[in-house]
Amino acid sequence: MTLLLIALKSARFRRTSLILTVVTIAISATLLLGVDKIRKESRESLFSTVSQTDLIVGARSSPTNLLLYSVFRVGNATNNVSWETYEEIAGQDEVAWTIPISLGDSHRGFRVMGTSTDYFDFYRYGNKKPLALESGDRFEGVYDTVLGADVARELGYEIGDEIIVSHGITTADFAAHDDKPFTVVGIFDRTGTPVDRTVHVSLAGIEAIHVDFQDGGRTGVRLDAEQALQFDLTPTSITAFMVGLENRAQTFQVQRQINDYQAEPMSAILPGATLSEFWRTISPVEQLLFVISGFALVAGLLGMLTTILSTLNERRREIAVLRAIGAHARHVVMLIVLETLLVVTAGCALGVAMLYGLMAVARPIVARRFGVDLAATWLDTTQLGILGGVVGGAVLVALIPGFIAYRRSIQDGLALKV
Amino acid sequence: MTVRVRGAESRGESREVEGREIIALEGVRFRWPGNTSDTVSIDELHLDAGEHLFVRGASGSGKTTLLNLLCGVHTPSSGTLRLLGTDLATLSPGRRDQFRADHIGVVFQQFNLLPYLSTVENVTLACSFSGRKRRRAGEADDVKASARELLAALNLDPELHSAPVSKLSVGQQQRVAVARALIGGPEILIADEPTSALDANNRDRFMELLFREAEAKGCTLIFVSHDPQLAERFDRTIELDSADVDVDLDVDVDTDPVSGR
Repeated sequence: MTLLLIALKSARFRRTSLILTVVTIAISATLLLGVDKIRKESRESLFSTVSQTDLIVGARSSPTNLLLYSVFRVGNATNNVSWETYEEIAGQDEVAWTIPISLGDSHRGFRVMGTSTDYFDFYRYGNKKPLALESGDRFEGVYDTVLGADVARELGYEIGDEIIVSHGITTADFAAHDDKPFTVVGIFDRTGTPVDRTVHVSLAGIEAIHVDFQDGGRTGVRLDAEQALQFDLTPTSITAFMVGLENRAQTFQVQRQINDYQAEPMSAILPGATLSEFWRTISPVEQLLFVISGFALVAGLLGMLTTILSTLNERRREIAVLRAIGAHARHVVMLIVLETLLVVTAGCALGVAMLYGLMAVARPIVARRFGVDLAATWLDTTQLGILGGVVGGAVLVALIPGFIAYRRSIQDGLALKV
Repeated sequence: MTVRVRGAESRGESREVEGREIIALEGVRFRWPGNTSDTVSIDELHLDAGEHLFVRGASGSGKTTLLNLLCGVHTPSSGTLRLLGTDLATLSPGRRDQFRADHIGVVFQQFNLLPYLSTVENVTLACSFSGRKRRRAGEADDVKASARELLAALNLDPELHSAPVSKLSVGQQQRVAVARALIGGPEILIADEPTSALDANNRDRFMELLFREAEAKGCTLIFVSHDPQLAERFDRTIELDSADVDVDLDVDVDTDPVSGR
């Protein structure tokens, strides 16, 4: 019988207190791994939202604010960019493509975004992935709409359904553009980005539903959908636009040019740099969470230490018997360390299992509420490092009772103090 | 004060160790650090193979320390202690532990068995730390079979062999402890008041079996007890006095070899 087998059988005999310790360790491990996972996935999700876009341009505001409303549909623009200015910049030689963005309306809690068909051609997310339609087609008509995957799924829309857009981001009925319903012509594939939660219409559509609106409210005149089409539906302004350059090397030059634009004050931001900046502002929260989880682990290890120390007395006889049979004093230390290894390994395994279980349960909820996809991936090197740290820390902690047991077994000799 | 333990000729049944010196103590003193007197003080003690020694002493007489010395857990403060011709003090603590694993079997007063092992596993456990015992126990048969054989010889029902030790009575547990001490044929069996938890009836049966099996294995028995009734079974008796071992160590040489049966 090997020492490991003895340790196993002995641990099984005292399993009640040890199982509690295993659970404590497991919770600490789950916390640590979970915080790490959430941190990585939210970073991943944040940075995969927009790709290949060199500049985002909007009315002058803080870069983070511009990024948040243009890409994440969070918050509101302080001002608009005039259509003339947009056209002028879009027409410059350095500019390869632009995607206009017109925000302000909503549909049952989802933002409505007016854009052009260039959106379908040039928008990239994740690792340079283009948008793909799960079903239907791009919008062509003024009252066509293409829905993000979550919008369609959560509201149960299919191709051909009609939807009513509300004015502003309220859901109140009085502000509904109920006289000009949109027809669902396409639904995007899931992207894991805010696109999933956006209702896309053409810029002309946005203009059409606002022909009888002025300064954010209804005018006295009501025009129906057909009548609205008689108007010139070229927008007078848009909220922001994305820019792809012919040559990325010109990014800073074009950025400066836009920032210095005389006719109207604008901000041009580099999405990547602004994302990093944004991430820096929120990452202390993640770090704090990580530190708290670290303390939870320390508490778990101390709990384990307490359990092992308290078992030393009841194991005195066991150790004396083993010593009498010929176990060395170092076997005694190894026995304690082996038991700790068993407990902590079981704890880590349980912790990983709990992590995946929690992720499986929380994945749809987190994806819906935060747009973060908690995909079950293999443990990466950081996470294996965390687990290694937990095991290593536990072994170090176990040396304390190990040493006490060693000293005691030398002092006790073979005497059994009953 | 020189004490020479002289006994009758060893009785026959021991094998190749016949007549060989098993234990030799010369001027052995042991004093705990900080103490003013020696806990153990034995001037001379020789024991040859096949001889069985009865150590009589009340608690506090230093018998536990003496056992720890004989088992190589402690080393004498002065003097020499040889087991099977090896001076234990010359060995490292690890080697002394190994020596104990290979050549000595120990039976305690009680709580000899690990509660998380079955009866047979408790017996074979002795082979876990000793390659020598493992080889010797596995010579004729596998180790488990040897354990079962020993248990059977010690009158333990086969259906108890795989039972958890909590199912055994104290007397049965002590017999299992003897089986563990004897498996792999160690030269020395040290028993520390193994009968103190047994009633008179059980005690006598236990002693008989202990002697029978020790002799069968050619094992030298060192038996510690405060019960003088048991002494008559032994070739030799030494007495440790509780007050002051150094002064009062008296060796009662029993010149009547008493058969163990």
